[in-house]
Amino acid sequence: MQSLTDIEKHVLNDFQHDFPLVARPYQALAEKLGTSEEIIIETLNKLKQEGFVSRVGAVFRANSIGASTLAAMSVPEQEIEAIAKKINAYSEVNHNYKREHHFNLWFVLTASNEHELNAVLDDIEQETGYPVMYLPMIEDFHIDLGFDLDFNSNYDVESAN
Amino acid sequence: MDMKVKYRQPALPPQAKIDEQDEALIKLIQTGLPLTARPYADLGKQVGMTEEQVINRIAYLNKSNVIKRFGIVVRHHELGYKANAMTVWNIDDDKVSQLGACMGEFDFVTLCYRRPRRLPEWPYNLFTMIHGKDREHVLSNIEMLVNQCGLDSVEHQVLFSTQRFKQRGAIYRKS
Repeated sequence: MQSLTDIEKHVLNDFQHDFPLVARPYQALAEKLGTSEEIIIETLNKLKQEGFVSRVGAVFRANSIGASTLAAMSVPEQEIEAIAKKINAYSEVNHNYKREHHFNLWFVLTASNEHELNAVLDDIEQETGYPVMYLPMIEDFHIDLGFDLDFNSNYDVESAN
Repeated sequence: MDMKVKYRQPALPPQAKIDEQDEALIKLIQTGLPLTARPYADLGKQVGMTEEQVINRIAYLNKSNVIKRFGIVVRHHELGYKANAMTVWNIDDDKVSQLGACMGEFDFVTLCYRRPRRLPEWPYNLFTMIHGKDREHVLSNIEMLVNQCGLDSVEHQVLFSTQRFKQRGAIYRKS
């Protein structure tokens, strides 16, 4: 557990969307926060290392440049760790969670096209021996502006390392 | 019906057209901008584009909605948002767009998608991802959704995650 500095909080919260598309974007952040470009870059490096920031970059709209899907499996409790490990081994899998349901393993797959995606799903079914429920997005109702972090009330964070 | 056929309908929606230069750029920006003074210039060097071309192309992808959001991507769990619930709703087809739009506006909803039902095992057609500091926060957020969007009579289930096996950005193009 640790606490964050004011600069770190602002870096985390204020630039989740509309990141500046200018030659020196970190300088632009620095000007907004009244600090230097070096400090912004240093702060981002630290936040990345500690696992608070995944990246500075693009979140692509589902299926706009490739094919992705949510997938679910129902597997026996005693096998879930081993099966999750097999599924994690695919580079196409970016999220994989255990959830409280009869369908207890939920993962997201992304590939450059639907054909590749289907091939991976086939392979996963073969490797694990369980059918995969395939739930591609049909319609997106969410305007993504990032996530408003509440830095008040009993705030503490946990480093990923 | 064969399980696989049943689980794999309908087909995915059509994809947007992306040119070759976009492909190269996407490959680079999917894993993030370099943390250097001139990140767009540095990306450009790797794909044979000028700094200005890179900036214009990202702006275009952003405007044309290929990029949904361009900015700092945080990790909720590490930042104290320990609870996440995939909340799934069984909504009449003729009401799903209206109710989906209502739910998608709340800032604690980080994803709101319509997906196909897989009957009889899976009757739910709307998925909302809800993050909170703990279960109580998530459940009170769900209650707020129910009240604000008029979902009292809509059957739903709350699937809390109990273990994270993997979480990272999507890789659309392998290097």
